[in-house]
Amino acid sequence: MEPSNNKYPASSKLFILTGLLLLSVGMMFGLIGMLQYLIPGFLKQYLSFEKIRPLHVSSVVFWIIFGAIGSVINYVQQYTGRVIYSQRLVNIQWALFVGTTILILVSYCLGMFGGREYWEFPPVLALPIIAGWLLFSFNVIKSMPTFRHQPVYVWMWLTGVVFFLFTFLESYLWVFPSFRNNIVNDMTIQWKSYGSMVGAWNMLIYGCSIYLMEKISGDKNYGHSTIAFALYFTGLFNLMFNWGHHIYTLPSHHFIQYISYAVSMTELGILGRILWKWKSSLSDAKKHFHYIAFRFLVAADWWIFLSLLLAIMMSIPGVNLYTHGTHITVAHTMGTTIGINTFLVLAIAFDILHVNCFGAVPYTKYFNKAYWLANISLFVFWIALILVGIEKAKWQMGANRIPFSSMMHQIHPLFYFVFASGLMLATALLVIIYPMIKHQLECYSSQKSSHVKSV
Amino acid sequence: MATDGQKRMIAVFLTASFLLYSFYLYYAMPFKRDIKNQEASEGKLVWQRYNCNACHQIFGLGGYLGPDLTNEYSLRGHDVIIAFIKSGAPSMPVFHMTEKEMNQLVAFLKDVDRSGRADPRTFTIKSNGTIEQ
Ligand code: HEC
Repeated sequence: MEPSNNKYPASSKLFILTGLLLLSVGMMFGLIGMLQYLIPGFLKQYLSFEKIRPLHVSSVVFWIIFGAIGSVINYVQQYTGRVIYSQRLVNIQWALFVGTTILILVSYCLGMFGGREYWEFPPVLALPIIAGWLLFSFNVIKSMPTFRHQPVYVWMWLTGVVFFLFTFLESYLWVFPSFRNNIVNDMTIQWKSYGSMVGAWNMLIYGCSIYLMEKISGDKNYGHSTIAFALYFTGLFNLMFNWGHHIYTLPSHHFIQYISYAVSMTELGILGRILWKWKSSLSDAKKHFHYIAFRFLVAADWWIFLSLLLAIMMSIPGVNLYTHGTHITVAHTMGTTIGINTFLVLAIAFDILHVNCFGAVPYTKYFNKAYWLANISLFVFWIALILVGIEKAKWQMGANRIPFSSMMHQIHPLFYFVFASGLMLATALLVIIYPMIKHQLECYSSQKSSHVKSV
Repeated sequence: MATDGQKRMIAVFLTASFLLYSFYLYYAMPFKRDIKNQEASEGKLVWQRYNCNACHQIFGLGGYLGPDLTNEYSLRGHDVIIAFIKSGAPSMPVFHMTEKEMNQLVAFLKDVDRSGRADPRTFTIKSNGTIEQ
């Protein structure tokens, strides 16, 4: 494959680099959070769990968002063969996002919260994010020479760009008292927006991974194929209407449950397609496995399969009744945000960063081991969280409940598995991303010293 | 293979349905939007300001370090809530709130309690997989 990435300005790389830093920091917060499960009262005075949780969640959510933006900006340029419409807007957007992310993390440390799931920061900090996203949308749309006969990934990028903005704004409707005054109304709209928002960033990332896949395989037909569009529309349909599974037990409108349940079952089609394609995917995997970016695509494929299985089960209200409010939900989130989102963005990051100002970046000799360790420990982590969830589900549904604290005490040993596998996973991922960060930073500093522009 | 026009038609149809669904929900909220209870309304903001949600759930959503508090008001009552806020627990910090904030928070939890029951044991599963309370 031709390393064509270096033709374009380095700002998309800046987004990915910032994302990688946030991922590293976010994993540290995650480990501290797990320690707080293991050792009650750990760091309670300075960084109690209500601070650590948002520090972790925001860092890693911003990793995914920075990664997705960097990937889209880079691939839009590669796809159109032209430099992005405005380089300056990219830089302004980056500065806005970095400044806001820092303010968000600092506000958590100071105990200043907006107190909503995902976006636990004070709501004013949403304004620069909205502004940055508008710049990004404008830049991507203006960079497209035409909207006719576009492959599926262009559709996905545009969908992701528009729907993220819509759902992000929607998730702030609570600032109007008439939306937040009743808890059921409030939570209905809150989870409606979050369910679709995750779908929106998935559109950006999946779109980029389809582009990357085409690039690696050299087969440019997939992006225009009927099956690609069938899967895209199924995804879009789910993004729009399947969010109800978050709130099956909320005393909201009944039709939300029925619509979400029915729509979620269309995901069985996607599952079927994965199984159908399994054999040919395996032979592709053998062919391209030497290519690092491809390996993460393969790993993500497995995680798509596992997560979809779990998601479809959890979308059946009768099953959801057991899993809701337990760590099974957390397991699902970890499978999707690490196994799918993180692995896909890493695949793209390898593709974009592997050739920089020094030429091809050498992979460390530890890469292979780290790759396998990351996958195995993520699987153990996932299973351990499911086991914790099953124990809590049994407690929740049991006829004679012991007190909450006794239940937590009983399942305490399982948290050692969660922590140990989480620690191994974080170590493996750090071993993988550290050289990427290091090489990119060296590249920037060498360019600065020699005043070489990276165009 | 579908033409550009057909794809656009599907996209427009889906988007229109989505917008219709969204605006219908904004308009026809499950509950009335009256602000009869100003204190509870303020209490919700106290709940958010102290990020109780990071450790506690309401209707099963939130953090999992502490218990679900949807029906805490009817199960344990006003005094227990105040006691926990004032004294904390091994994994729960002590919150230094004003008397007013505490009362608002309790009013909020009372309001949440009235809105429904979160205990999954109060649901029945029907043969088609849906649930009913
Ligand atoms: C850092 C995590 C954390 C935060 C933040 C937190 N709590 Fe707690 N809370 C807990 C834990 C853990 C328990 C269970 C303690 C036990 O039973 O030993 C608990 C127990 C409680 C209880 C008693 C529940 C019961 O019936 O046993 C109440 C009431 C409560 N918290 C209210 C609050 C309120 C109100 C806030 C926000 C101002 C809050 N908590 C913030 C962790 C937290």
